Amino acid sequence: MNRDRTSQRKPVILSLIFGLMLTIMPLPGAAESFRPDWLALLVIFWTMQLPRTWSVGTAWIIGIVLDVSQGTLLGQHALTLCVVAFVTVRFHLLMRVFPLPQMTATVLPLLALYQFLLFWINGVAGIDAASVTYWGPVISGTLVWPVVMTFLSVMRFRTLG
Amino acid sequence: MVAFRESSNTLGRIPALGLRVLGLIFISILLMYFDNRDNHLDSARKSIGAAVYPLRVMVDAPVRFWRWLDDSMSSRNELELELSRLNVERLLIKARLQKMNALEAENARLRAMLDARTHVRDQVRVAEIMYVDANPFNHSLVIDIGSQDGVFDGQALVDADGVVGQVIKAGLLTSQAMLISDTNHALPVEINRNGLRTIVVGTGEIDRLELPFVVNNADIRVGDLLVTSGLGGGFPAGYPVAIVASVTRIPQDPYADVTATPAASLGQVREVMLIFSAGAPDTEASIDE
Repeated sequence: MNRDRTSQRKPVILSLIFGLMLTIMPLPGAAESFRPDWLALLVIFWTMQLPRTWSVGTAWIIGIVLDVSQGTLLGQHALTLCVVAFVTVRFHLLMRVFPLPQMTATVLPLLALYQFLLFWINGVAGIDAASVTYWGPVISGTLVWPVVMTFLSVMRFRTLG
Repeated sequence: MVAFRESSNTLGRIPALGLRVLGLIFISILLMYFDNRDNHLDSARKSIGAAVYPLRVMVDAPVRFWRWLDDSMSSRNELELELSRLNVERLLIKARLQKMNALEAENARLRAMLDARTHVRDQVRVAEIMYVDANPFNHSLVIDIGSQDGVFDGQALVDADGVVGQVIKAGLLTSQAMLISDTNHALPVEINRNGLRTIVVGTGEIDRLELPFVVNNADIRVGDLLVTSGLGGGFPAGYPVAIVASVTRIPQDPYADVTATPAASLGQVREVMLIFSAGAPDTEASIDE
């Protein structure tokens, strides 16, 4: 079991580092507001696939790292990712048997929840934030989900096999 | 195989998940509360930030490599053109500098007569931008030097043309700075032409600033240069900030609708200069005197 756990850890950590790189990579002006929330997508995927090993605790730690690297309120992304992971764990059995289009449709509300919570916390903390472009990452995130999903599944079974 | 075992395990409920989530949410809220109120958590932020530093370098590496490649691949012809252009520019600047030297001396003399300190020459240090975040909600950038090199919170950032922003979080190896176009940023300025003082506020758009507190009958025109007044305490005086782009006087409102374009090219800078002005860090001391 211990060895299995370790072999599961490698693809997850690799993908998380890659996701963080994509998140802090500079993008040209207009594309910036459509940058998908890569780490949210990764958290959804890994929580859905391996809810015992990777769930709310890991999501929280990833969130803290994200908060530091983005310079947001310490705990903002942590709380948000934690809640998203929780909802995903709740529905992971259902989501796992969904065909890809239906699963993509389930990811949309999860990403919307993620953005809404971030937005809400900003509002409560009195950080100025109001715009339509807030929903850009939700749309782009949903659109890239099939690619992320396929890529991660392949990567996962390649490393395990 | 492994995946199968995992999924058969998860058919049962994961114990105490709800409790864990509640606990983590509670911790997050506490963290946010203390982070928002005052900077209790700066050291924690700094240490985690230092852990993410290698990643930033890795992300930055392709861009650096590309620039290096671009530099080393550019043809001899281009280089010669560039060289002659630079030579002309250098001559022009040198000529201007001669005058500047004379002016500086004169200024020092006049100031000495007025018994004021001289603040004409500031020490600067060049920093490279590692990452720009320009979403509508925060316009910030990360530079590659930190408190190890003497960067401090509130330090002014300028580029060749004008003020870029100020440092908001000086980490150990990198620092985060806020651009003047950020909606949370306000900067005391004066009009270079007549010394009228006002405040420039960011709009969240990278090429537009606002001057919300200019009265309707104020003497302000399109094309006026706004420079830092130094009255906020953080910024040294006399750096160009923006050029007035439009002035709309609305008869029934007390304030005119004035917008300005930043003098610095906020969207395209790659290097910035941090100002270690002689005056800024010890303002309290000079007040005591």
